[in-house]
Amino acid sequence: MQTRRAPLDDLQEIVGTENVREATAEDAVDGVEPSLVVEPGSTEEISAVMKLARSEGLAVAPRGGGTKRTLGNPPRELDLVLSTVRLDEIIEHVPGDQIVRVQSGVKLETLQESLAEANQILALDPPEKGATVGGIVAANSSGPRRYKYGTVRDLIIGITVVLADGTVAKAGGKVVKNVAGYDLSKLFTGSLGTLGVIVDANFRLHPRPESARTVAVEVETPQAAREAAQAIVHSQVEATAIELHWSESAKLLSVLLESIPAGIEAKEEGASFLLKSFGEVRTLTDEETDNLGPLSPPGEEDEVALKVAAPPAELSAVLDSVLGAAERRSVRPRITGHAGTGVTYVGLSGGEDALVEVVEEVREIWVRRGGSVMVHDAPTSFKRKLDVWGAGGDYLGLTRRVKEKFDPGYTMNPGRFLGGI
Amino acid sequence: MERGRLIATMQEILGPQGVIHEREQLRTYECDGLMNYRVIPELVVLPESAEHVQKIVQTCYDEGIPFVARGSGTGLSGGALPVEAGVLIVLSRMHRILEVDLENQRIVVEPGVINIWVSQEVADEGYYYAPDPASQIVSSIGGNLAENSGGVHCLKYGFTTNHVMGAEVVLPDGSVVHIGGGKVPDAPGYELLGAFVGSEGTLGIATKITLRLVRKPESVRTVLAAFKDTQEAGGAVSGIIGAGIVPAAIEMMDALTIEAVETQVAPGFPEAGAILITELDGPEAEVASQFDKVIEVCEENDASEIRIAEDDEERALFWKGRKAAFGAMGSIANNYYVQDGVVPRTELGAVLKRISELSEDYGLRVANVFHAGDGNLHPLVLYDNDAPGEAEKAEKLAGDIVFVCLEHGGSLTGEHGIGEDKKKYMPKMFTDDDMNVMQLLRCAFDPHQICNPGKIFPTPRLCGERPGPFHMHPVQKAGLAENF
Repeated sequence: MQTRRAPLDDLQEIVGTENVREATAEDAVDGVEPSLVVEPGSTEEISAVMKLARSEGLAVAPRGGGTKRTLGNPPRELDLVLSTVRLDEIIEHVPGDQIVRVQSGVKLETLQESLAEANQILALDPPEKGATVGGIVAANSSGPRRYKYGTVRDLIIGITVVLADGTVAKAGGKVVKNVAGYDLSKLFTGSLGTLGVIVDANFRLHPRPESARTVAVEVETPQAAREAAQAIVHSQVEATAIELHWSESAKLLSVLLESIPAGIEAKEEGASFLLKSFGEVRTLTDEETDNLGPLSPPGEEDEVALKVAAPPAELSAVLDSVLGAAERRSVRPRITGHAGTGVTYVGLSGGEDALVEVVEEVREIWVRRGGSVMVHDAPTSFKRKLDVWGAGGDYLGLTRRVKEKFDPGYTMNPGRFLGGI
Repeated sequence: MERGRLIATMQEILGPQGVIHEREQLRTYECDGLMNYRVIPELVVLPESAEHVQKIVQTCYDEGIPFVARGSGTGLSGGALPVEAGVLIVLSRMHRILEVDLENQRIVVEPGVINIWVSQEVADEGYYYAPDPASQIVSSIGGNLAENSGGVHCLKYGFTTNHVMGAEVVLPDGSVVHIGGGKVPDAPGYELLGAFVGSEGTLGIATKITLRLVRKPESVRTVLAAFKDTQEAGGAVSGIIGAGIVPAAIEMMDALTIEAVETQVAPGFPEAGAILITELDGPEAEVASQFDKVIEVCEENDASEIRIAEDDEERALFWKGRKAAFGAMGSIANNYYVQDGVVPRTELGAVLKRISELSEDYGLRVANVFHAGDGNLHPLVLYDNDAPGEAEKAEKLAGDIVFVCLEHGGSLTGEHGIGEDKKKYMPKMFTDDDMNVMQLLRCAFDPHQICNPGKIFPTPRLCGERPGPFHMHPVQKAGLAENF
C-alpha cells in the first residue's frame, strides 16, 4: 500500500530531531511499512504528535516492545509508528499500598525486578520477552498465572491515555478499590491501540510467593487431560496455574503450586494425590520446569498459532476438534494451554490452504458453542486469506460505535482489530 | 407520549399487574437507600422477562422517554433515584436462577436474584459467590453489577467486576447484546463488560448475568483483636500486609461504632478504642502458619485482647457485629450520614487523624467502620435532624471527609457509587477532559441520554445529537436510515 509522506519537520519540532527517524523494514506491521518512527518523551509530546497526525490524516500505530506486531489483521494503512520507548519510568511504587504506577514503555522484566526488591509482583506472566507494560495492556497479554490472579482487567486500577485528537484523559486512580466514574482502564485493555495511546497505567500488586513447586502428570488422552485439570480445579488446593503441554513426544498436565514454606508441601501432596489416578505423577525439577516454557503461545517461524477459547470443562472436546481437523489434513499440531481457564494455544505447520481449512473447521465448532478461535500469530500471506479475529458477536455494532466515539477518523491502527476496526 | 397512552402501552406489554401508576403507590419508589433525594416517577413497571425489558426500553427509546433501572433499592448514592417524567424499571420480579454449571464454575441468573441466594444455591456443592456487600441479604445481583459492589471479602477475592463473566444487556436503543464470554474467557473485541460493570445503570440494563463461582476454602480462621485506638490497629494492619499475607478480610471499627453495635445487636465485643477483625482462608497448612503470624503482629501492636473464633457460630457473631454497623448507628444518634471514601492504606493513620479533627471542628460525632485492607473508609456522621442546620452541617462534614481522601491520593467512592449524591464532587477528582472522555463511552451506548440520565456526571455531555427531548426523525422512524 502507498503510504503518505509524514511531515518530518513538524514532528522534529515536537519531540526533538533525535527522536524522529525514517522507518525501516524492521518497523513494518504485517508487511505494511510506515514512513516514520517517532519517540515522544512525555504525555504532552504524545498529545502534540497525535494532533499533528490527525490534522495531517496520518495513520498511527502505537508500539511498545514491538512483540505483538503480528497480532491482529494487517493494518489498512500506516504512516507513523509512535514508540513508547522513552516512557520508561516507574512513577511510583508504594509497597505498603501494594500498588505501582508505571509509564507504558517500561518493560515488564524491568518492572518485576524493581518490585522484587520489596518482595512484590505484578501478577502478569505473558510468555513474550521484552514486552512493555503498555503493550501488555493493549494486547491483553496473559500467561499461566491467570488461573489464580486473573488477567490485566483484574489487576489494572488506573490509566492515562491520549486520544487520537490529542485529548489527555485519565480514569481510575491509585487505590485498589474505586468506583468513581467509568472504568476506562478496562475498556483500553485489549483494545490494541485502536482507541488511543496508553501513557501510563496503575496496577495492584501481590506478595511474591516464597515457595513454588510444579507437579506434573503424564496424560494419555484428551479425556485424561480434562479429568486431571478438573480434579485440580474443583479441589481446595488453590493452584496458581494448570497447564497443558501436548505434542507427539510428550503429553503433560502440569500444576504450578505456590505458597509459603510452611504450606508448600501440603499443596504438593494434595495435588499429587489428586493427579495420581491419571498417570505417573512427579514433581519437576527447576530445569524441567524451565524447559516446559515458553508455555504459550507456540508461534515459531512460519507457524500459524491459534488461540482457542472455550469453557474450561470442554478441554477434551477442544483437543479432539483440533487433533481431528489437523489429522484429516496431515498437519501436526503443537498444543499448550491454560487448562484451568479454557484457553488453548495451537501451533500448526503445513501448507497454507490446509491450515486455513483447519482454522475454519475448528472455528466453526467453537463459535457455535459460544467460544472463539483467534489467529494469534501467522505470516501476513495467511492473514490475507482469513480474518484473524473471526466474526465477533452481536456486540460488534456497539464495538464499532465505541471506536467511532473515541477515534472517529480511524487514525489509530486502522483495520487491525475485530470487524476491521 | 401522553401519560394515558404510555400506561396503556406498558399494560399491553406487562399486563395490568406489571404497571404501577397511582401516585400513592408510586411514592414507594421515590428513593433508594439514599433517602435525602426523592423523585416520584411517572410510572413504575415490573417486567418478568428479558423480552419485557426489551419492549419497555424500545418503547422508551421510540418515544424519547427517560428510564431508570432499579433492583432492590438498597443503593447508597441515589443511583436508582427515579427521574421525573420517566419510567422506573423495577427488576425484582426477574429473580430466576437460570443455570448452574459447576464444571465451569459458573451460574447464570436474572438481575433480580438476591446476592445471598447465589451462595445458597451452590453451598451444598462446596461453592459460593464471593462478593458480599453488607446488604447481601436484600441487594440484587443486577444492582451489585451496576454499582460494582464490594464487600468485606473483596481484598483477596476481588469486587463484583472480577466475578461477572458475561451479561445479556438491553441497550438504551432497545437492541440486545451479549458481552463478556460468560463461560468462555477472552471474548474478542473491546472489554465492554469491564466498562459496563460499575456504570451505575447508565449504559443499559442487564437481563441475564453469568457469575463466577468460587470453591469454598479448606480452612477459615478468624480473629478479633482489640486495640487502644485506631492508630494502633492501623499499625497491625500494616504489619499483616507487610508480612506478605493477603487476608480474606480485614475490618476495623472504632470506639463509637463498637458502642453502637453493642447497643443494637450485642455481639459481646470488648470495650476498646478500635477492633480489628481479620479472616484468613485457604489451604489448612498455609492458613495455620499465617494465622499465627497475624496473632503475633496483633500482639506486637499491643492488642489488649485477642479472641479467636472457635467455630462457625462465633465467626458469624463477629461478622454480624460488623455488618450491623451502619444500621446500629440509629441506636446512638437520631440521624446519620453514611460516607464512602478510599485512601491508600499507608495514609489511613493520617486520614483518620484529620477526620477526628474535622469532627471536633464541626462539633459532630463521626463513627468509623472500614475495610482496612483496601483503605475503604465508611465514616458515619451522626447528627440530629431536629436541630436546625445540623443536617446541612453533617453533609458538609461528610463532603470534607472525601476531600481529605482525595488529598491523600484516594477516591470519592470505593463501593457506594457516585450516582446522584456525589456527581457534584466529580470535578475534584477528574478534569473536564477525563469526564468528557468517559462520556464518549456513554454516547456510544446511549446517544440520546435516556438511560438513567443525570447521574455520575455533573455536566451531561451531548453526543453530537440535538439537545432537548429526543424526537425520532421521520426518516429513521420509517426504517429508512440508521441512527444518525
